Amino acid sequence: MTETTGSAIALRGIEKSFGPVLANRGADLDVAAGEIHALVGENGAGKSTLMRILSGMYGADAGTMMVNGRDVTGWTTSDAIAAGVGMVHQHFMLVPTLTVAENVVLGSEITRGPVLDRAAAEEAVRALSARTGLAVPPDRLVADLSVGEAQRVEILKTLYRGATILILDEPTAVLSPPEVRELWQVLRSLRDAGGTVVLITHKLDEVIDVSDAITVMRQGRTVARMPTRGATPQAIARAMVGRDVALALDADLAGPVSSGGAVSPGAAGTLLEVRTLCVAGTRRAALVDEVSFGIEPGEILGIAGVEGNGQTELVEAIAGLRHATGAILLGGRDLVGASVRERGDAGLSHIPEDRHERGLVLDYSVAENLILGQQHRFTRGPTLDMDRVLAHARTLIGAYDIRPTDPALPARALSGGNQQKIVVAREMARDFKVLLAAQPTRGVDVGAIEFIHARLREARDQGKAVLLVSADLSEVLALADRVAVMYGGRIVAVLPRGEATPDTVGPLMTGAERAA
Amino acid sequence: MTSDPMLQPVGEAPSIAATASAEKRVSRRTALEEAIIPPLVALLLAAVVGDALILSFGQSPGAVYKLLLDGTWGNAYGFGQVLYKATTLTFTGLAVGLGLRAGLFNIGAESQLAAGGFVAALAGLLLPAGIPALLCLPVYLLAAALGGGVVGAVPGVLKARFGAHEVIVTIMLNFVVLALLNYLVSAKLHVPDTLHTPELKSGALPRLSDLASPFHGSAANATILLAIATAIVLGWYLFRTRRGFELRSVGLQPAAAEYAGVHVAGVTWRALAVSGAIAGLGGLNYVLGYKHYYEEGFATGAGFLGIAVALVGRSHPAGIVVAALLFATLSQGGLAVNALVPKQMVDVLQAVVILAVATSVPEVRRLLRDARAGGLGR
Amino acid sequence: MILLAFLAQTLRIAIPYLFAAAGGTLSERAGLIALTLEGYMLGGAFCAAVASYQAGSPWIGMLAALAGGGALALLYAVCTIRFRADQVVVGIAINLLAIGLTRFFLRLLFDSSSNSPRVPGFQVEGSGTGFGALLQNPLVWIGLVTVALVTWVLYRTPFGLRVRAVGEHPAAAASVGVPVARVRYLAVAASGMLAGLGGAYLSLDQHQFTDQMTAGRGFIALAAIIFGRWDPRRGALACLLFAAAETLQIRLQGSEALPSQFVEMIPYVLTIVALAGVVGRAVPPAALGKTTTE
Repeated sequence: MTETTGSAIALRGIEKSFGPVLANRGADLDVAAGEIHALVGENGAGKSTLMRILSGMYGADAGTMMVNGRDVTGWTTSDAIAAGVGMVHQHFMLVPTLTVAENVVLGSEITRGPVLDRAAAEEAVRALSARTGLAVPPDRLVADLSVGEAQRVEILKTLYRGATILILDEPTAVLSPPEVRELWQVLRSLRDAGGTVVLITHKLDEVIDVSDAITVMRQGRTVARMPTRGATPQAIARAMVGRDVALALDADLAGPVSSGGAVSPGAAGTLLEVRTLCVAGTRRAALVDEVSFGIEPGEILGIAGVEGNGQTELVEAIAGLRHATGAILLGGRDLVGASVRERGDAGLSHIPEDRHERGLVLDYSVAENLILGQQHRFTRGPTLDMDRVLAHARTLIGAYDIRPTDPALPARALSGGNQQKIVVAREMARDFKVLLAAQPTRGVDVGAIEFIHARLREARDQGKAVLLVSADLSEVLALADRVAVMYGGRIVAVLPRGEATPDTVGPLMTGAERAA
Repeated sequence: MTSDPMLQPVGEAPSIAATASAEKRVSRRTALEEAIIPPLVALLLAAVVGDALILSFGQSPGAVYKLLLDGTWGNAYGFGQVLYKATTLTFTGLAVGLGLRAGLFNIGAESQLAAGGFVAALAGLLLPAGIPALLCLPVYLLAAALGGGVVGAVPGVLKARFGAHEVIVTIMLNFVVLALLNYLVSAKLHVPDTLHTPELKSGALPRLSDLASPFHGSAANATILLAIATAIVLGWYLFRTRRGFELRSVGLQPAAAEYAGVHVAGVTWRALAVSGAIAGLGGLNYVLGYKHYYEEGFATGAGFLGIAVALVGRSHPAGIVVAALLFATLSQGGLAVNALVPKQMVDVLQAVVILAVATSVPEVRRLLRDARAGGLGR
Repeated sequence: MILLAFLAQTLRIAIPYLFAAAGGTLSERAGLIALTLEGYMLGGAFCAAVASYQAGSPWIGMLAALAGGGALALLYAVCTIRFRADQVVVGIAINLLAIGLTRFFLRLLFDSSSNSPRVPGFQVEGSGTGFGALLQNPLVWIGLVTVALVTWVLYRTPFGLRVRAVGEHPAAAASVGVPVARVRYLAVAASGMLAGLGGAYLSLDQHQFTDQMTAGRGFIALAAIIFGRWDPRRGALACLLFAAAETLQIRLQGSEALPSQFVEMIPYVLTIVALAGVVGRAVPPAALGKTTTE
């Protein structure tokens, strides 16, 4: 614990593949004891895989691992825990039907004879809470906790097991800014007590904020390592994508900028109008709470916000995938109560947030996926007209440069970027007035991102109304003509393009009152 | 396998485009291999267990298998019995297979089969005598489909409406329906001193033995044509029609189906209702083609074997017909070999085939994929 | 007196259900569907009869039932856990296998296709169906203790905590080093052994094994598990309720008031009603029936 200058983690040449997919192809990582180390990279760069290997969840195909000077290559989760390596996963690893204390002690139970000692478990949680400031009621069911509380339980779990090396995978994705600040506080105090922290993130401001050193990953490899002091966002970003990128605010965009800043319900010319839309939640009161907005032809309305503030539910409610009350007017026609198909036929197009679950049937061919949702338009009597389906596929595969070009291949066989191109091609090719684009570039490579952005702008320029929802604030700011900020299920502000900057939008995303 | 969206496949742009046509061939061969090799491995496994059982009884496997073949495909009577049993199993197999394509497990085929047969027999008691068979047939078809369909629709509606798991509901419903039929027959409808209803008054289907005398005594009858027709229609429905496209999408990815405008709850209950109706049609094989009355217990075991048939047939109508013949052969073959080894051996073999298919299909596929990944290098 | 006799008969009928439901609860709470209880019971009943016949001791029969039920359960576990096969399909195959194997060996060992010769059961002083005779059967006591034991294990021991965790969120359990597969193997093996004892109770009580003598009792136990919402205590109450219905049916036999077939339906109808959630929905463990992917 005292050798703060020693090496805590040294990974060399780690390789890992999942079937045909190479997640890590020769990754190295050096983390000094007693530092907060940021592991950065784009989605899909292999950060999570590398850390799951370090924490024993996956076995590496090749490479060596040293922890605190000991060769630990090929160890198991239990070995890692015993050696003081703990990981907080992006998707919480908590059992909702067990209590906080039960979750904390699971796998390392405190017993009295053969029996679980519940009182001791709860006492241990209380003691840890007191020491770290991570307060959670130990006897509550995890199912009843808020997201922030659940994350506290995750950190307590690792500390209970005596973790001195703590790995956090995208811990801020679900947190509000005050909660993020609180988390940084906890991480700093852990470091000051001699602990080592590895922070997986792709948010550069966080990296600069909290880390001592940075390792950058790209396409499964580590490509750069630098101390945070002296590192610039540009330098990090360059290393992340492998070439110069214009960061965040790419202001010189072609296309019309909408005139108004305010929401103007009922205004003539509004293509999509949403009035007092509410989606009830199972546990909390409302997931979407009286949301109203309008989008004009030739306008992109961007929704900014920390994930989990009702964006997903808002889009699903408009698309007809979720029960909602209020009004959804498309060209004056109220769609509340209409089926998904009726909405599509009325001119609604939808790039869904999760292409693997919703956007594609992975075992269907590319051609079949290119008609998904429009299958009733490709019929001859009761059958599908396969000639037309194939002709349609060939056209779109060419126009959207989908590779490989075989329309009979199952969608599963394509890369993430090409899969997303199938979804985008299908939704842009249909006859639509309004496009819902939810996380349209999530998990796709840089080339595909630019391609998809260009298509969204094209739709706008053709006079369509586009609702863009993205967890990536820079994407929203780069594309939107107006930016609406969602927090706690409500739209808390709408800013015209000129006024929307990270400085103005950022605080609003955290629930801070709008200044002035 | 993981489907982590953050992972990028190897060899993005150029290599794949260049080898697109090669991949096309590979992907089709791959699909065929994955469809056919695992069931073969499973049958091999079953054969090994069969040998062990035969040897434990002090017999030679060769002699037993020869007798099995002689007693089934080797003579007209045995072959007729195989066809008869395969007919019922085709219906229950198609019923289970349709459910599986929609992502639903119909374990209630046995009671649906019984209900179909019962309602058909009931219709036969109500129809006046002397009506030509051709005119009666639609009534019988409707009656059998209705009987099975209603029993199938119950778990369908409970699943669609309340999310009740269809596996448990269909199992529980088997007991309920069979008890109900038992009550109706024993308390109201049976011929004294038997457990069957009176005979149909008209519309019985011709037996195979009416056409070719060597089949004499075997139960094979014209219902087999209905079974084949049902398989063809189901194949067309599943793989050619829009509704089939939608139904399979519900089975593969319900969230994507919902996104595509498919009414998932509707598909769910309709699929189970139609599945029940298909199983119900199978009741005609016994009631209309063989005995001409409904009898307690005629459906026993056909539901579970239908699951085996659907599984070995990969839920594909053509595969199901072949698998039905296989299981019918085993079943009839058990009687043929009874002189050498107890016919109960066949019960064990059928279970082993199911076990081996269920277990080896995912495993053999994994091995095939690993081998291929290794073969392609990279 | 009539009430006492009624209760005694209810308990006698309930014992095999109690064994199977207690075991099945462990299996289901660990995430593995207990469709196989019927097969375990049949296997246990057969092994108990054979061993008791060969050794002349019902105690040896009991041990054999543990082994027989446990062996079938291990086969189920290997197929579904190691080879990730579908639980429903394998479950059905295991049941068919149990029927097939018991028939085959009935022929092989006793040259009969219907039943075994008379086998020694637990000696009972005096006959009758009252409590006096019933309570001399050690399996009755073991059955009652089993319910308490399973409840205790599930809620009070580290193993029970792990069972509940792997049935609800196996990835979470694995991430803290809980050996998910091992916990599941143990839970399933225990379910097979307990259900096997339930079968032993049947064949030892009747002093012989008959073909398919379990006659759907494994499915009634499964119904009791679901009706008891996966809690061993409530499950045991459901077993008693279903057994009471059966007792009623037997007592009413001959009277025209209620056809026996309708009483037979009671457990199944109640379970369907419980699943449909007319009065409070029965929610299964989250990972039940799911094939693990990691």
